[in-house]
Amino acid sequence: MSQPDFSHDGIRTARGKAFRYLFMLCALLSILTTVAIILTLLVDAVDFFAEISLVEFLTGTRWSPTNEPVAFGVLPLISGTLVITVGSALVALPIGLLTAIYLSEYASERRRAYLKPALEVLAGVPTVVYGYFALVYVTPALDTFLPLSTFNALSASIMVGIMIIPMVSSISEDAMSAVPDSLRQASYGLGATKFTVSTSVVVPAAVSGIFSSFILALSRAIGETMIVAIAAGQTPRLVDVTDPAGLFLNSIQTMTAAMVQIGTGDIVGQGEAYKSLFAVGLTLFVITFAMNLVSELVASRYREEYR
Amino acid sequence: MTMSDEQLLSSDTESSDDQPAPTPGTDGLTDSTDIDTGERSATERTLLEARDLSVYYGKEQALDSVDIEIPEKQVTAVIGPSGCGKSTFLRSINRMNDLVDAAHVDGELVFDGKNVYDDDVDPVALRRKIGMVFQKPNPFPKSIRDNVAYGLRVQGKDDGDVDEKVHTALERAALLDEVEAQLDSSGLDLSGGQQQRLCIARAIAPDPDVILMDEPASALDPVATSKIEDLIEELAEEYTVVIVTHNMQQAARISDKTAVFLTGGELVEFDDTDKIFENPEHDRVEDYITGKFG
Amino acid sequence: MATDTPTDTDFGQVSRTKDVAFRLLALAATLVGIVSLAALLANVAVDAVGWLNWGFITSPPHPDPYEAGFLPALVGSIAIMLLIALITFPVGVGAAVYLEEYANDGLLTRFIQLNIANLAGVPSVVYGLLGLGLFVGLLGFGYGTVLAAAFTVALLILPIVIISAQEAIRAVPDSQRQASYGMGATKWQTIRNVVLPRAMPGIMTGTILALGRAIGETAPLIMIAAPTTVFGIPNSFESKVSAMPLQIYTWASYPETEFQYGVVAAGVVTLLIVLLTINSIAIVIRNRYQQRT
Ligand SMILES: Nc1ncnc2c1ncn2[C@@H]1O[C@H](COP(=O)(O)OP(=O)(O)OP(=O)(O)O)[C@@H](O)[C@H]1O
Ligand SMILES: [Mg+2]
Repeated sequence: MSQPDFSHDGIRTARGKAFRYLFMLCALLSILTTVAIILTLLVDAVDFFAEISLVEFLTGTRWSPTNEPVAFGVLPLISGTLVITVGSALVALPIGLLTAIYLSEYASERRRAYLKPALEVLAGVPTVVYGYFALVYVTPALDTFLPLSTFNALSASIMVGIMIIPMVSSISEDAMSAVPDSLRQASYGLGATKFTVSTSVVVPAAVSGIFSSFILALSRAIGETMIVAIAAGQTPRLVDVTDPAGLFLNSIQTMTAAMVQIGTGDIVGQGEAYKSLFAVGLTLFVITFAMNLVSELVASRYREEYR
Repeated sequence: MTMSDEQLLSSDTESSDDQPAPTPGTDGLTDSTDIDTGERSATERTLLEARDLSVYYGKEQALDSVDIEIPEKQVTAVIGPSGCGKSTFLRSINRMNDLVDAAHVDGELVFDGKNVYDDDVDPVALRRKIGMVFQKPNPFPKSIRDNVAYGLRVQGKDDGDVDEKVHTALERAALLDEVEAQLDSSGLDLSGGQQQRLCIARAIAPDPDVILMDEPASALDPVATSKIEDLIEELAEEYTVVIVTHNMQQAARISDKTAVFLTGGELVEFDDTDKIFENPEHDRVEDYITGKFG
Repeated sequence: MATDTPTDTDFGQVSRTKDVAFRLLALAATLVGIVSLAALLANVAVDAVGWLNWGFITSPPHPDPYEAGFLPALVGSIAIMLLIALITFPVGVGAAVYLEEYANDGLLTRFIQLNIANLAGVPSVVYGLLGLGLFVGLLGFGYGTVLAAAFTVALLILPIVIISAQEAIRAVPDSQRQASYGMGATKWQTIRNVVLPRAMPGIMTGTILALGRAIGETAPLIMIAAPTTVFGIPNSFESKVSAMPLQIYTWASYPETEFQYGVVAAGVVTLLIVLLTINSIAIVIRNRYQQRT
């Protein structure tokens, strides 16, 4: 009896392998991108730190990359970034959380069907448009009752806050929807109202998802560039905690805005200002990358919580 | 099947309960089969043979040292309670379990003298000799013509007379009359029963040797089911059919041989269908068939 | 709980004031962002009236606001976008196919997946530095060229394209793959003939939405030193290119009211219309080809 032939077909096998490796290469490109980002930032940042010490960079309180006398203290920029982050967090975290509660606990299926896409639009508007809105509409409107500068942290914070609302609300809502109904039922069975169930059962049960959404949103606020570059101005200033109102009413400068300022200037080449771009960029990258990582890890925790 | 064969088989399956399964090296069984083949009628030639076949999903065992000889050009039914490993057995024949990361196979499955789990066997080549029909009809969202021609295309048998082969396959699947006028409309526009016959046509178009069917009628209404059953009996004239079914009447109606699996992936009895349903060797099988169990 | 007919048992009333107040507060929170954006959009639309006209769309920029036009930025944006589509589509689909169809659930796969999620959160200005260092510096694509802009922004949206393509591929029912493998198809044949055709509408929708994100990006273009104002239409990959958001950014810093409230408004509305068109195409594709299962 002759055996049937099930042997491997060389061409077929080779072709299969070729495609496999081709696709794998595409996937590995994402790792390559990360490596490239780190290398690009490091190469010039290392050059920069050869001239300006790391200590001076991290503890210096004056930022003046192009105007004599030059100074490369990053603290004023971190201050500015903090102001925007805190300001936008004050807007987006409560609003986003309430939105998530409304969508997950109160809204009917139909209402959710059009509210959710509408909220997503908030994240889809180009940031340059938000920046423009802040500058030409929000600031003049607020200026009617607040002593605002033309460029100020307040309108920029509000705009950044509005932009990141959907990030908070959609991830938080996912986490709230994942809370098993039996928990809610148990609470209703004890005579709780919807308010009590939402605030004392659902929110605590979804807390890791909510936390993860907060971090991700803050990370987005820290990295936001155009809104602050257009509306918050270019005034590097250290936080003055004794005058919190002054922080928001006046112009500041974030790390991202400083990068834009240097980027739009004509400093092509290898000067200190050019290299400082990469030092600031590296700082920004490290901060946001760490936050994204934390957010992702917390999120994968909550995804496992209710399985 | 002769009396001695029966005893051999049943004692074999019994023994696997309490003592370690015999290693697949013991070729005595094969030899005796080959000798037997001469004595049987021509249609009784064994085409597929499992030897001490076990399948695991991770650590969980789904098939437990199965030994079975499936005759050529007959309908062999595989019955048993849910989760007993019927689908797993079927999928181990054409190595569809290779697609499950956690699956692991021990033992041999011999197709026409060749162990399909040998290293030099390409599962893709193997599957080209074995058609498969699934529980839920799963036509592609393509035209009826392209559905039937799919196997021809991927197997490189699409030179020249594709249309003729498509027609023949549809004819054999007893579907041609109903769809001849609409070969270019989507396969998804058909009714459930028609879709399943389309899937059968798709399976037989490249002219395989074996057709595996996993509960092919369980998602269909009685009329569509009886059409499929008629079709299966006809297919057995040219193909070796192995069909998993939950429906014992169906197994009794259409199959020549019946294999009864019970919980734990154990093949408890394998014999002529009449014998299994009228006078099974094992009490457990009788209990299952009469509905006391499973 | 209020009953019309008196009964023996009085269940009393639990106060709902807090419940109702909270519900209203939550609803207000849900609407505040949407309403604010709507108000701002209404404002800019009104301001653009009279400024957004054929002359604006078809002229180059000009220091005189009444002469200023948007053509080079508009064409530049579209040129960059098309090139980005050419780059990200094959690579994004390839990566998604690998992760969904080939990769096992090992450490490397999870690492790649985590890395993609993280890349999606890297600030766009940092991608700009990558473009400056890699494409402009190392590979010599030139400051502010179509090529440098497209590759930079392509890397930026690649994670989004990959993630949405993965979702589309995951949505292909497994029974379809089984049917194909059962017919003796190879993995590649199954992917090409069954998985990709079925996932394509979803992949297209995701890619087009990502392109919408790309067309609004400004910071990366600033970083690779795209010129703030370009007077001609790009005619090669090495042409210096401006883009709509960049032009808007430039104009917004002009002191004249005519620019701030007129020309820029017209630019913003144009950008938003293009964006709306892109997103509508994506939605049409999704609705049109939604698969029956
Ligand atoms: N892909 C898989 N991964 C892990 N375990 C599996 C997988 N497929 C099947 N099993 C397990 O193997 C055992 C046998 O399953 P199988 O599908 O072969 O049973 P079956 O007899 O076909 O059942 P049914 O009549 O319900 O179709 C079951 O315990 C099942 O849970
Ligand atoms: Mg089954």
